[in-house]
Amino acid sequence: MTDQPDLRAAVAAGVVGSEESHRALLNAIVEVARSIFGAKASSILLLDEATEELVFEAVVGEGEDTLLGTRFPAGTGIAGWVLATRTPLVIEDVHNDPRWSRDVAEETGYVPKGLMAAPLLHEDGALGVLSVLDRPEQSLFSLQEMELLGLFAYQAAIAVDLLLKAREAERLLDEGGGEVEVVARLATAVNALEDEQREAGFELLDHLARTLGK
Amino acid sequence: MQDVDAHSWDASKAALPAWSLPKDALETIALATQWPERVTREWAFEGATGKGVRVCILDSGVDPSHPSVGELESAVAISIGDDEEVVATDDTEGDVSGHGTACAGIVRQLAPEASISSVRVLGANFTGSGNVLLGGLRYAIEQGFDVINMSLSTTKKPFASILHELADSAYFRRTVLVASAHNMPVESYPWRFSSVISVGSHEEPDPLAFFYNPSPPVEFFGRGVNVEVPWVGGRTLTVSGNSFATPHISSICALLLSKHPELTPFQLKSVLYLTANNVGGGT
Repeated sequence: MTDQPDLRAAVAAGVVGSEESHRALLNAIVEVARSIFGAKASSILLLDEATEELVFEAVVGEGEDTLLGTRFPAGTGIAGWVLATRTPLVIEDVHNDPRWSRDVAEETGYVPKGLMAAPLLHEDGALGVLSVLDRPEQSLFSLQEMELLGLFAYQAAIAVDLLLKAREAERLLDEGGGEVEVVARLATAVNALEDEQREAGFELLDHLARTLGK
Repeated sequence: MQDVDAHSWDASKAALPAWSLPKDALETIALATQWPERVTREWAFEGATGKGVRVCILDSGVDPSHPSVGELESAVAISIGDDEEVVATDDTEGDVSGHGTACAGIVRQLAPEASISSVRVLGANFTGSGNVLLGGLRYAIEQGFDVINMSLSTTKKPFASILHELADSAYFRRTVLVASAHNMPVESYPWRFSSVISVGSHEEPDPLAFFYNPSPPVEFFGRGVNVEVPWVGGRTLTVSGNSFATPHISSICALLLSKHPELTPFQLKSVLYLTANNVGGGT
């Protein structure tokens, strides 16, 4: 196995951290979003391009025990519109219209009275959707909140991009088998060393690289 | 089913452009209307209903069964055929999200006699497909709509130059493209192009209040916060976002064009400027 990109991915997989740490970052983002807006729930949905579905990657509040990992079609509904049009929006059922419920329940796990949703945009792609459900009823929506939602979505998109890159690195590592894994383990081991040992480790690798490069 | 040539633009069918102005040809550029000394809202659109103006909602489809929307002139769904050609089929699905219905409802409320058509560019298998968006816009321009409401954008850079060409061709064919501005720190299109009317939100409750922005790329602010709109399934919801400010400006364009059908997009934009609340309008 000598494919250079795979080896780089292996090094990345060795040092960029685990899936769990990236997921923790996403959870922290939705937790802060929920808290700032005083909302009942917040979630991050990721687009699975292969199946054209949106998948719950992080959920806090209502539905956090059941929604993680669940999927629904990405081409329709409110989250689908936000994803496809790259445009945030806010919807509130101020009349408590019971007909509001069905498709929203599918997208949120329960029937909220209102939701704010913004696309997760990174470079020129849309990776998913950040949703905040049920702000306090007494407050009318303001443009400041929309700006804030956009900022959170921007931050979430960067975190999601890291998560997706880490997953891709892991996938390449899995496909690459033992040879590539050696490089990943080496990267992890050197990265974990402290100060002088770490310096010595890099020096050793540098000599090795020069020798192999001859 | 109707096939649309994705690259058709027959220059020979267009009138000869006035690329020069000989001394004895001044009458060829005589304006169709006498412009008043001071352009006011009263002159611009007071008493207008949108009658005779064709508005296209390029969106998620429109539900005509909602009483706040009513009959449509036409409704098509856009897809891409096997040979990459743009295909427009009669749309029997209606609205796949609710958003297009909301936009149509705003137009119906403010310009009640305007003709509304739906060109659906969203739906199953359409997620983020720039090709469908481009195909839908190209189709709408070819249909000669007076106003195209685009409450959406794409972030895909490869599509930017084609969108730019389409926006310019709409501009020269007297089709006014009204597009939502992005309020997130990303590059998106077509709202950034100067040949379109780009729209952000203000928080005033007056649906006919609009403001000119002297710091582009966003050119105008329309009502975009806590707007009551029709939604799919006969619902009425309260919504916010630039995507709802856009049909407010589209409606005002429809009112202007129903009273002054001779206006070019440049003139129309000028009237919008002169009658904006922070310029000379609203008084």
